[in-house]
Amino acid sequence: MGELLTRPLTWGSFLTFFLMAVVLLLIILFMVTYAIYAERKILGYMQSRIGPNRTGKFGLLQTPADVLKLLIKEDVIPEKADRPLFKLAPVIAFVPSFVVLATIPYSEHMYFADLDIGVLYYVALSGLTVIGIVLGGWASNNKYALIGGMRSAAQLVSYAIPLVISAVGVVLMSGTMNLRGIVEGQAGWFWNWNFIPQILAFVVFVISAIAELNRTPFDLPEAESELVAGYHVEYSGFRFAFFMLTEYVYMIAMSALITTLFFGGWHAPAPFLEFIPGFIWFLLKFCGVFFFIIWLRGTMPRIRIDQLMSLGWRVLLPLSLGNIFVTAIVMEIVKAING
Amino acid sequence: MALRTEELLLNVGPQHPSTHGVFRIVVKIDGEIIKEATPVMGYLHRGTEKLAENLNYTQIIPYTDRMDYVSAMTNNYVLVSAVEKLMQLEVPERAEFLRVIVMELQRIASHLLWWGTYLLDIGAMSPFLFAFRDREIIIELFNELCGARLTYFYMRVGGVKWDAPDGWIQKVRDFVPYMRERLKLYDDLVSGNEIFLARIKGVGRYDAQTAIDYGLSGANLRCTGVKRDLRKDQPYSVYDRFEFDVPTRTEGDCYARYLLRIEEIKQSLRILEQAVEMFPEGPVMAKVPRVLRPPEGEVYSRVESPRGEIGCYVVSKGKDSPYRLKFRRPSFVNLQILPKLLVGESITNLITILGATDIVVGEVDA
Repeated sequence: MGELLTRPLTWGSFLTFFLMAVVLLLIILFMVTYAIYAERKILGYMQSRIGPNRTGKFGLLQTPADVLKLLIKEDVIPEKADRPLFKLAPVIAFVPSFVVLATIPYSEHMYFADLDIGVLYYVALSGLTVIGIVLGGWASNNKYALIGGMRSAAQLVSYAIPLVISAVGVVLMSGTMNLRGIVEGQAGWFWNWNFIPQILAFVVFVISAIAELNRTPFDLPEAESELVAGYHVEYSGFRFAFFMLTEYVYMIAMSALITTLFFGGWHAPAPFLEFIPGFIWFLLKFCGVFFFIIWLRGTMPRIRIDQLMSLGWRVLLPLSLGNIFVTAIVMEIVKAING
Repeated sequence: MALRTEELLLNVGPQHPSTHGVFRIVVKIDGEIIKEATPVMGYLHRGTEKLAENLNYTQIIPYTDRMDYVSAMTNNYVLVSAVEKLMQLEVPERAEFLRVIVMELQRIASHLLWWGTYLLDIGAMSPFLFAFRDREIIIELFNELCGARLTYFYMRVGGVKWDAPDGWIQKVRDFVPYMRERLKLYDDLVSGNEIFLARIKGVGRYDAQTAIDYGLSGANLRCTGVKRDLRKDQPYSVYDRFEFDVPTRTEGDCYARYLLRIEEIKQSLRILEQAVEMFPEGPVMAKVPRVLRPPEGEVYSRVESPRGEIGCYVVSKGKDSPYRLKFRRPSFVNLQILPKLLVGESITNLITILGATDIVVGEVDA
């Protein structure tokens, strides 16, 4: 696919990419279905229960059944809601979540866009989702939804900053913003992976990433015990499904991004293990990150909004800024020593 | 130019995941800060006290089950003890021991339920299921004892309805070390969690004088350093025979209330341990007339429920049903401090504070 990208656009290559995009869409939908299943199952075992086990073998058809139920449900729009915005909001939230998937290099030869500004592209587009969420909260004409939407705006905007700035450390080390370039810079043994030299950036990035995902312990926008369901409290049926889909696609995208930036993407942990295809390694690391996010949900309580803000601005932002300085200075010193 | 802002009237409840039933509170918020809070009660009012005036004494007992439905045994006891006091009945020792055992089990079950739901309010999901799993053991024990899982109707004036079945006492004995192990797990999972501590430390603080002024009781009072527990101060049943401590803390915040309830579970386990060792033989029911007609008079009986001091005031005119019956419900009294505590807090803290008060709406509204 790499060569196709560099050639001039023809109908043939357009069709190829179109088909590949559709295939990716289907794969992601499939993955989301089973990500939800995996989450429910893992959470179940963490909470000494079984999780879904009735629909299909081992409950494997539970999520498809849930989705089907959501699709055939009555579509309720509150009378006082702003109808056009109410309908538009899930779409605005949803589209960027799929678009960002294009830049992730799933293996050495499997990627959809070889962008030189991959990191920026990801963060910029994922930032658009917040508009959908705020719109949804506003258009519902519900006080809980409004508070949820506002919290969400504050949270996503605040945490996008440490997210980008901590990623800058990685960018400095690899000298490129291209996600493929970043992965190629982490070849060799696993200690070349960025999460060791960039441990500070890694910690800040993971915390910010979980906040960006609205996941426990940062699930304030939909804080169930306070705001009932937050910004999507008035949504039902397939619009609600779209919000959920957005959330899970982002979870997949973010796990993939963390794998790419900090865990060496498709690289094997040791050079002699390279005979196993890169895609498998990518998938394994991806699952590890994904599991970690679910694990947090099983163990953590929720943080308070003012604590969330002060954590983002007073702790994570200075840390990530400091990380840039340290990285830059160390790199200059290393360069000077090596002449 | 200053931005024009508006205060927002937010209606929390009666259908809300964190108001623990059908409690409603109307808050005026500026941003997320509460300016004024007005609790609205009565959605679950069933007129227990009025209904009681037309029922005979045994018939009232199931109504008490439905007041504080997570601690029905204690409610049973407060009514039967009032009537027993009025009739000056001598209750068999075995019955008193059974009562103490079920009341302490009930206290553990009630605190477990509180622990789980409180953590759910704070946003942690797993503890809820852990707590319910352990509470289930107690519920099963009760089920075996009296055939009901929630509304037991176990105690009668003059004793208890059923004797412990074979092996039941052994099951209670086995439960004590099991629960101690589980408490360690709870502590590991929750008590040291930084986020959890940041959420509850220093939140909803009041001092001892305020607590007394508002008539608070139970953990809500003991968290300010006042050592008051009716099991010690005014021993009823056979509580004077057991060794146990009354834990207190001085912080007066949600964290203190949290730690106290965990500590109370440990103390209840101590009582249970001693009670099953001393468990006597004998009848479980005193000789009481078929129709209960307490002599004319008034009596007030009070016991330490998991939520605080529950009292029952009976006025008898010598008939088979009371002339007037009044319950002092700790949830209702403890709730009165809420509007004062909430001013200046955020919506998030509303849930934290309301949860730590530990109310049961069935009891608030009676």
